[in-house]
This record gives sequence, structure tokens and C-alpha cells, in this order.
Amino acid sequence: MRITINGMACEAKEGQTVLQAARANGIYIPSLCYHDKTGVAGKCRVCVAEVKDMRGLQATCALPAREGMEVVTNSETVLQAQRMVVDLLLSTGKHDCIACEQNGMCELQDAAYYLHVERPGLQYADVKPDIDSSSAFVYVDRSKCVSCGRCVAGCNDVVVNEVLDFGRRGHGTSIVFNENLAMGESTCVQCGECVQLCPVGALTEKKSMGKARSWETHKVRTTCPYCGVGCQLDLHVKGEQIIRVTGVEDGSPNKGRLCVKGRFGYDFIYSEDRLTTPLIKENGEFRKASWDEALDLVANKFKQIIAESGPDAIGGVSCARSINEDSYQMQKLFRAAIGTNNIDHCART
Amino acid sequence: MTNSFGEFANAKMFLCIGTNMTEAHPVASTFLKNAVRKGAKLIVVDPRKQPLVDFADIHCQIKVGSDIAFLNGLMNVLITENLYDKDFVQNKCDNFDAFKAKVLEYPVERAAEISGVSVKQIREVARLLATVKPAMLCYTLGITEHTTGKDNVMSTANLQLLLGNMGMPSAGVNPLRGQNNVQGACDMGALPNVFPGYQKVIDAPMREKFAKAWNVDKLPDQNGLMMPQMMERLVDKKIRAFYVFGENLANTEPDIRKVEHELASAEFLVCQDIFPTETTRFAHVVFPAAAWSEDDGTFSSSERRVNRVRKVKTPPGEARPNWWIFKEIARRMGQDWASNSAQEIWDNEVSVLASALNGIKYSRIEKDGLQWPCPTTDHPGTPFLHRDGIFTHGKGIFNPVEWAPPAEVPDDEYPFVLSTGRRLYHYHTRTQTGRSGMNQLLSEETADISLADAQKLGIKHGEYVKVRSRRGEVKVKAKVTEQVPPGMVWMAFHFREGCANWLTNAVYDPVTFTAEYKACAVALERA
Repeated sequence: MRITINGMACEAKEGQTVLQAARANGIYIPSLCYHDKTGVAGKCRVCVAEVKDMRGLQATCALPAREGMEVVTNSETVLQAQRMVVDLLLSTGKHDCIACEQNGMCELQDAAYYLHVERPGLQYADVKPDIDSSSAFVYVDRSKCVSCGRCVAGCNDVVVNEVLDFGRRGHGTSIVFNENLAMGESTCVQCGECVQLCPVGALTEKKSMGKARSWETHKVRTTCPYCGVGCQLDLHVKGEQIIRVTGVEDGSPNKGRLCVKGRFGYDFIYSEDRLTTPLIKENGEFRKASWDEALDLVANKFKQIIAESGPDAIGGVSCARSINEDSYQMQKLFRAAIGTNNIDHCART
Repeated sequence: MTNSFGEFANAKMFLCIGTNMTEAHPVASTFLKNAVRKGAKLIVVDPRKQPLVDFADIHCQIKVGSDIAFLNGLMNVLITENLYDKDFVQNKCDNFDAFKAKVLEYPVERAAEISGVSVKQIREVARLLATVKPAMLCYTLGITEHTTGKDNVMSTANLQLLLGNMGMPSAGVNPLRGQNNVQGACDMGALPNVFPGYQKVIDAPMREKFAKAWNVDKLPDQNGLMMPQMMERLVDKKIRAFYVFGENLANTEPDIRKVEHELASAEFLVCQDIFPTETTRFAHVVFPAAAWSEDDGTFSSSERRVNRVRKVKTPPGEARPNWWIFKEIARRMGQDWASNSAQEIWDNEVSVLASALNGIKYSRIEKDGLQWPCPTTDHPGTPFLHRDGIFTHGKGIFNPVEWAPPAEVPDDEYPFVLSTGRRLYHYHTRTQTGRSGMNQLLSEETADISLADAQKLGIKHGEYVKVRSRRGEVKVKAKVTEQVPPGMVWMAFHFREGCANWLTNAVYDPVTFTAEYKACAVALERA
């Protein structure tokens, strides 16, 4: 179907909301509570717009697109309304951007930038930091929470871990874990879906803190090294350092979801314990060796055993954790160079 | 998997047997839970009241190692009550009569007695399976890690053939692979009987094909040894050199004492790894390898999807890509291999030699991976196998299977069943998760026991217990949990201290040589 946004003809699909159609056509409407994964929430009212023949401002995240609809998102009326909402959100929280991990990826910051809200115009109260750092990997700062509900919907309806909820009432409303326990004491399994969904700096990765500004990192898509589901990850990398890991939202099969190992189990590669040089055992002790020395030793020993006992006196097991190409090379080494089919891998048992 | 994770969301029913998906494949379980929330039925068959049970319509709490009796009993009801898919069985399957005769030896009362699941519940499950079609059958190591592992797998396939739940979306037989690249290691021919793409080494035309591709005169024509066979032959020196790539066998294999004796007996042991492990202690030469994120390449997931893995850092020190190490050894043995990167290996060798992978090239999997079979470069990949009930062999073949108990069952001296598996917060022997901060979430092994047994033995939650088998003994804290039924001790193998493999029984399925990690007999007492 065709709709018009700010005078521009846009293609919209059946079932799309106006916000979805706008995004698909490259038009930015500030919004906080809507996420493709958690669906319509209709909570934050930042995404309002004028629609011809409809009374008042409409929340575009909850408005189904209809043929011929004429939408205006950039009138002064709309921008004033959006500004007021963003102003209120900034006023009621402790939204200090300077050292916030989310700086540069924050959807509230994006909205404020778009609407030119430099400072909150309202003085609400002195908001104190409200920190929960009790869990292994997630840093919670409720003073930055905008109660958009994406984390709550994600925890309950996407990954169905059923830990997060809203607690308290009125302006005291905040996210709670189980019956208002500290995150680390709750039944949370640290999958980090809430972190990925949080539009602001209320839920962030502990491991990333202070390691890089968001604009210093670039994303590299890869596959999780743990179980056989094959989740697609974006590694956020600065130099050679992985700063954080997020699930690829449109990637198959995981659609952005990850588990605790996939999201937070990446830094073993930087461990000081890594093997960094070939080792040869002499008199019961390992000593460092060059590649040439170690490779020559192994190849010569194999040749000697083949000559004395035949190729079937050598066996090997490949690794079901490493890449396909490594397993291919190893079986090729055994079959073509050594001359035996004594090649297997660890997943047999 | 015959089918795909993407089909979970629209499934009408799941039969999950021997799969603790919530902990071992957490992300897959989220899609299953989404489907259940939308109204899909869930039947969980598991000795433990594991987390999926909270979402299940029916939990069949079978006794450890009774899977075949249970499934045969279930199929007995489907056949005797005329509830099976006659059209599918008649037109798409072979060997039904022999299979039926075997199943008829398992009247539901007998199945109930062996499995501990009531007659009523077995009938209920059968009727539900007959009513809601199709169902996705999912299993993991609860099916395979038995001395009857191969037959257990056959039995799950029999059930899906009988129900006609094959060859369509949201159906099929779906083993969830435990490791990221088990599927790939098999696809690549890291198996003693097949070349890449499951082409048999005993077939002369296959050997000729690969000999030509690899530029050698001939290739070995007999199936090789499987891993446990190789290790046993280290002791009598029939295997003189053993090459272990990326495995910590000293902790992961059953009966650690036996395994370490075998490793210590090796005349020449080569280990290639990213960390020193309990296994590298026994090595004569250790090669330092590039890790995940230090090399480009591909993994193949459970759903047969070939996914890209990318490099973001250089390996530390002198560590090198694994494929390079193998190539360098081959060069010293007189072979010059052309491919000089993972991409060249895949695009120029793997995908050329394995027909199911012919259409998968790096240029096609920049974003989402492709699922094999993918025979041509314009083929979209195959989300589910056996479309319209057309199988690799033509028809689906029923395999009559007989139940047999685990090799070691409880007795007066060792009155408990020990069953083992993985826990959410760690991966195998913790070489990786132990260095990623996961110890904060789980720092030691426990013996998970029932409240009833804890009371009977006067054991409190969190106090130390001794768990003893005919192989060894460990001292760990007791975790008293309603997940575990009376008579069972449940443990994992993540920690060297208290590793379940000090206790497990090194007995194997006679065909697959998969060990019986899921069942052995132990004694339990306060420490």
C-alpha cells in the first residue's frame, strides 16, 4: 500500500505500523518503547505524529498503516509534543551521558539530539544513582531507566526466563527482579537479553565498562563457539579487543537472542594462560621449541613409525569445536599423507 | 537435525526426550517456549524434572536407560489402537512387519514396568501424538550416551516414521548437537569410515575420487579405528603415535584413571591446543593453536547450516592456525598442498568434493549461513530433509530394536544410578568458560540428589558427600533438589575436582562406541 509521510510517498506492507513503515522508508521518528522483538508497547509516547483526518496526535508505533494515510512527523506541533516527552524523561532520570557506556548508542540521546533538547527544561528533583551491581555480568542503574518495558517484555515474552517485572507504582515505578531481589540473588540466568534491548544506559555489560566509546568500535559478525545452535554474534571490536558481544537481530537462527556463554564467554582468548610457543618434552619437562624443530620432530617420528609398524600404528582425533577447514585438513593429513583412516573426533563420546 | 530451529516457533507439538535444552542449548529452548506459549503441546521424557518440565503438558519421568522400552510401549499403543499413519507407513516405509512384531513384544504394561511411567500416561502420550500432527521430536545426549545409544536413536526415528512426522516443516528427528561444530567435524570426514561429505572409504570409486583430488596414488581402503579403540591400543602399543587436536580427553572421557593410564602409555603423543590442559601433561610435543576469533573459517550448526566465523585478532605469540599446522606436517611428509587459507580450503576443496556442499561458497554466506544439502550455487539450501517422505534410501526403514538395561545397574553395594550432563554456566572442562568469568556463577561441582535420599541418609544441602563407584571416588557438596528423582545422583564434568568422570563407566555402544555417561552405579554417603 501507499502512505504519505511528510509529503513523501512511501510503500507500506500489510500489517505494518506507521513507525515500521517510516523506518523501512528511511524516515526517523524518535521512539523508545518499541522494538521489533518486543512489539507494540504504546508507552513512551515519543513517536507521536499527526495523521490527516484523525483527531489529536497518534502514537505511530501502535498505529496500523492504511492505504492513502497522510502522516506528518515534522510539524512544530509534533516536535513540541515529542520534545516535551523527551524533556520529561531527561528530567526524571540521571541521564549523564559523559561517562555512560551507552553514549553513542543511546536511543534517548538520539531523540534528544534530533529534537535539540540540550538540557532538561524542567527541574524535577535531585535524582540519585540507583545501582545494582550484584550480578556477574550486568550492571543495573535504575536512575537511567525510562520504564519503556522492553527488558520486561524481552525477559518474559522473548526468552521466557520470567525474572524481570515492573515493581512499585506511579513515578516510583521501576524494573525489579523476581520479588524485588538484587539481580545477583534472583533467578536471572544472565542471558543479557535485557541489556541488548535496553534503549538507554540502565542495563549495560560490566565487562565493557571503561574499555571503549561506542564510536571507537566496529562490528564483526561471527558464530558463537559454544553449543550447536550456531547463534550469530556481532563482536564489537576496538583494535584487537572484543569490547562487547550482541546477537545479530536479523540473523538466523537466533534472531538476536544469546545465552550467558555466547554473550559473556568470549574473553578466554585473551587469557595469560594461552599456549604461545611449540613445546617439546625432554626428561619429563617441557621446553620451548621453534616451529621448525617441533614440526620436524613430529613428521620424522610419524615417518619412522610408518616405516617400522605401518600407517595404522598412528591415530588422531580432531576437534568438534574448531572450524570445518581444520577438521578437513586433519583428516586429509591422516588419509593422504600418513595413509590411515584412524581419524575420529571428540564428539563420538 | 532433519529440521530447523526456525521451525520451532510454528511447531504444534514437541516430544523432547533426553534433552535438557534450557541449559545445554539455551537459545533453542527460548523458541520452544515461545511456541508453547502460543499453544504448542510439549511432552518431556526425562528422568529429571529439568527446567523444560515447567512448560510441559506431560512429563514422563522415565527411569535412566529405559528409553527403548518406553518408546516401544508407546508405539505398541499406536499400533494396537490403530492410531498410526497408515498411509505414510504403507507408501513411504519399509520393514514395517518385522518392526511391528518387535513392538508387539512390548505391551504397554511391560513398557510401564521397565520405564516407571504409568500405563495411563503412556496411553495418554500416544493418543496425544496421534491427535496433534506434526510433532517435532528433539533429543540430545540422553538418547545417545548409552550402550544402546544407536538403538535409542533408531527408536526415535521409528516413532516419527510411524506417525508420518517426516518430510515436512516443524516435524522430524532433531538431535541437538552439543558442540558448535560436531556437525561440521562429521561433515568434514573426521570419522574413520567416511571422506568429507559422508563418502565411504571402503568404496573404490570414492577412494579414486579423493586420491585424484589429493594427488596421491592410493588411499587406505579399510575403515579406521574409533577414538576409544585407538586409546585402548595405546596401552598394547598397537597405536604408537596419537595426535590429539583440541580435546581434553583426560577429563572428558569416562573413567579418568583408565584414560590417564592410556595417555601415559602413549609412545608418542602430540597435542594441539590453545591452553595447557590435563591432557597436554601427557604430550611429547605441544603445538600452540589459534583460537576462535583468531582465524577465519566456518562452523556447521545442528541444523546443517554452514556459518562464517571471523578473525578479529592475531593469535598470541607463536600460535598458528590449525590448518597451517597440518599443512606443514604434510609438507614434511612429502606433500605440497595448494590451499593457503580457510577460504581456499573451503571454496577449492571441501565444497568441490562434497556434493551436498557444492553450492556453498564463502561469497554466499557473508550474512546468514546456508543449510546443506545445497547442490548448486543458486540453490537456497534445505531447511528440512526427506520432503514428501522421500528418503536417502528411497523409503524410510523401520528398525526393530530391543531394550537392554545399562551395562551397570544399581545393586546393594552401589545402590544409586549416576547420570551426568552439562550445566548452564560452564562448557565441558572449563578451558574456556573457566577463563571468562563464569566461575562467579558456578565455582564447583555438586552431587545433585533428591530430598528423599538426603533425608534418608541425613545429608544436608551444601554439605560434603562422597560419591563412589567401582572406578573411583569424589568428594563434592550435595545439592538437594527436586529436579532429581530418588535413587539418582546427577553430576557434570566441568571441574577436575569432583569430575563425574572419575566415576563413569567406560562401556560403549557396540556400533557407535559412544560411552554410557548416562548410567552407572554409585554409592553415596556423608563425607
